[in-house]
Amino acid sequence: MTSMVVGTVPDTGPRPGRGEGGGPGGRQGRTAAWLIAPTVLLLGVVIVYPLVKAVVMSFQKDSGLDPATGMFVEGGGAGLANYRHWLLQECSQPGGGTIDCPPGNLGSQFYDALWVTLFFTVVTVVVEVVLGLWFATIMNRTFRGRGLVRAAILVPWAIPTAVTAKLWFFIFAYDGIANRLLGVVGIHPLLWTGDAWPARFAVVIADVWKTTPFMALLILAGLQIIGTDIYEAAAIDGASRRQIFTRITLPMIKVPLMVAVLFRTLDVLRIYDLPAILTQGGGGSGHATTTLSILVINQIRSGFNNASALSTIVFLLIALAAFLFVRFGGADVVQRPPRPPSDRAAGRWWSPRRAPGGDREPARPEEAVTS
Amino acid sequence: MTAQTSTPVTAFPDDEPVAPSREPRRFRPTRATAGLVLIVVWGLAPFYWMIVTAFRDVGFTFDTTPWPTHVTLDNFRTAFSTERGNHFGQALLNSVIIGVATTAIAMLVGVFAAYALARLQFRGKYLVLGFILGASMFPGVALVSPLFQLFSSIGWLNGWNYQALIIPDISFALPLTVYTLTAFFAEMPWELEESARVDGCTPGQAFRKVMLPLAAPGLFTTAILAFISSWNEFLLAAQFSTAKTQPVTVAIAYFSGQQAHQEPYTAVMAAGTIVTVPLIVMVLVFQRAIVSGLTAGSVKG
Repeated sequence: MTSMVVGTVPDTGPRPGRGEGGGPGGRQGRTAAWLIAPTVLLLGVVIVYPLVKAVVMSFQKDSGLDPATGMFVEGGGAGLANYRHWLLQECSQPGGGTIDCPPGNLGSQFYDALWVTLFFTVVTVVVEVVLGLWFATIMNRTFRGRGLVRAAILVPWAIPTAVTAKLWFFIFAYDGIANRLLGVVGIHPLLWTGDAWPARFAVVIADVWKTTPFMALLILAGLQIIGTDIYEAAAIDGASRRQIFTRITLPMIKVPLMVAVLFRTLDVLRIYDLPAILTQGGGGSGHATTTLSILVINQIRSGFNNASALSTIVFLLIALAAFLFVRFGGADVVQRPPRPPSDRAAGRWWSPRRAPGGDREPARPEEAVTS
Repeated sequence: MTAQTSTPVTAFPDDEPVAPSREPRRFRPTRATAGLVLIVVWGLAPFYWMIVTAFRDVGFTFDTTPWPTHVTLDNFRTAFSTERGNHFGQALLNSVIIGVATTAIAMLVGVFAAYALARLQFRGKYLVLGFILGASMFPGVALVSPLFQLFSSIGWLNGWNYQALIIPDISFALPLTVYTLTAFFAEMPWELEESARVDGCTPGQAFRKVMLPLAAPGLFTTAILAFISSWNEFLLAAQFSTAKTQPVTVAIAYFSGQQAHQEPYTAVMAAGTIVTVPLIVMVLVFQRAIVSGLTAGSVKG
């Protein structure tokens, strides 16, 4: 008897069922460490090592002929010179010392690239949120033909960006269908991939076309967890459709929406494929659609170390955006995805959903009075 | 709507809820249908135009007839022709090799991490998750200059060095795999494993006969997502591929025509159709699973 009990107790410790058995650092901790180690090691090799190496390189001088001066430059420590090159637009001078980077030098394109990247980010994400909300609302109301709509909306998502870029390059050709359609409404043909603003909007249109489906699907998944009873209760309370949207729908899909916005924002901040193929980073005076990523690639040909400084700047910019979203934007990405029912994070995730549905609801009629 | 907002709340709700709920309901069918048509046109019209152009004679490249005219298969022949230095057939094979290898490595390594993250309690769990999510948002361009220097110094930037394409692809395929699988695993009814063992299965049997069939759809969907992400990759491939290992995305982007500076539109559309159709078929067959994989983790569902 006793021997049996003794024998079974250690076995029931780390129960295979729920995963609560072994405390942190116990047997589960050791098992987890073995299971996770290969992934962490591999990511260390393919991400952390290159990242650290890029940072180290960014403080090194590029040896070889300086493209700005035509002089041979020795390698060696560069201090912050590579960062000053981009951020302060400093170029080295033949006789030593620095001057403002002349036009034509890639360094002088930094702020243009930064602004156009931010322009793409803000414009495409805003348009995608608005269209995505609209599409998701339509799909959420639909019962017949849902499969067809879902398939149709997945098509732009599935097409490789390189093909998307070529497809829109054809659509935006001078004799292409876009200009023909504009001709129907009496607008002169545009040089879509030649002039600065048309080229920028060509990139925006193609990107919005391709990625609105992703946004719509994420929002739709958020909409589908809202029970119809809340809407019915709101209707009984006499809420207008706008009130229902701003006071129920939006708060309830806030988290999935912010996650989608976060993903898309970080995606556009590193955008390369679309402008690189559709407009070759050109347009206007020559670099109207050169994003930060394109600038890094252009720089690589004239110096790895300087390119590393720029790519580190891009990395820091993206890390900053991610931090701001997670810290202040409510894009609660880390806590949510792995949500075993026993986890405390589960409670965290559910509570904001209850708030607008349950606690806030009585407050709504008051709003109706005041407005 | 405006009438609703100005109505005092003190009014009896008797006739109130009827108005707002019935009014939109009556218009719903037509408006919803119009919306649906709009979404379908949005998704399919440019894609349709690509296919129509792919089958159109090169002399009628800019014909705007909305249905197929001057149908020919010449563009597909041009796409596969190697006369002008394009190696589209080889590029297709390269993309398959790179995609399969990347997916296999990411799945083999990621499945263990995802299992641990979804099922085990351990210290530093959220740190690991944060790291993996951070990795999935990592800008690929930050890999290019250090890896370019490294790969060129060890001679990987010429010849048949597929690993120069597969290794960088792991950087986005592995976080994607772990992230998606973790969400799938967290939703699985793991109690069944215990029940199977109570019913007399060995741990191995419980895993193989009960849990594996249940996990199969999630594993499969994740593999499809990883494969698509690798198949569609361009930035890293454009830097690290050689004339021999070039994948389709790079081949299409740099497809050269008869004359320099003249875009061979119809041939490129044919090539684009070939690259896209397998993906579209996958999407159509597995759309439900793909949507659940894409949205896994973003919401509870």
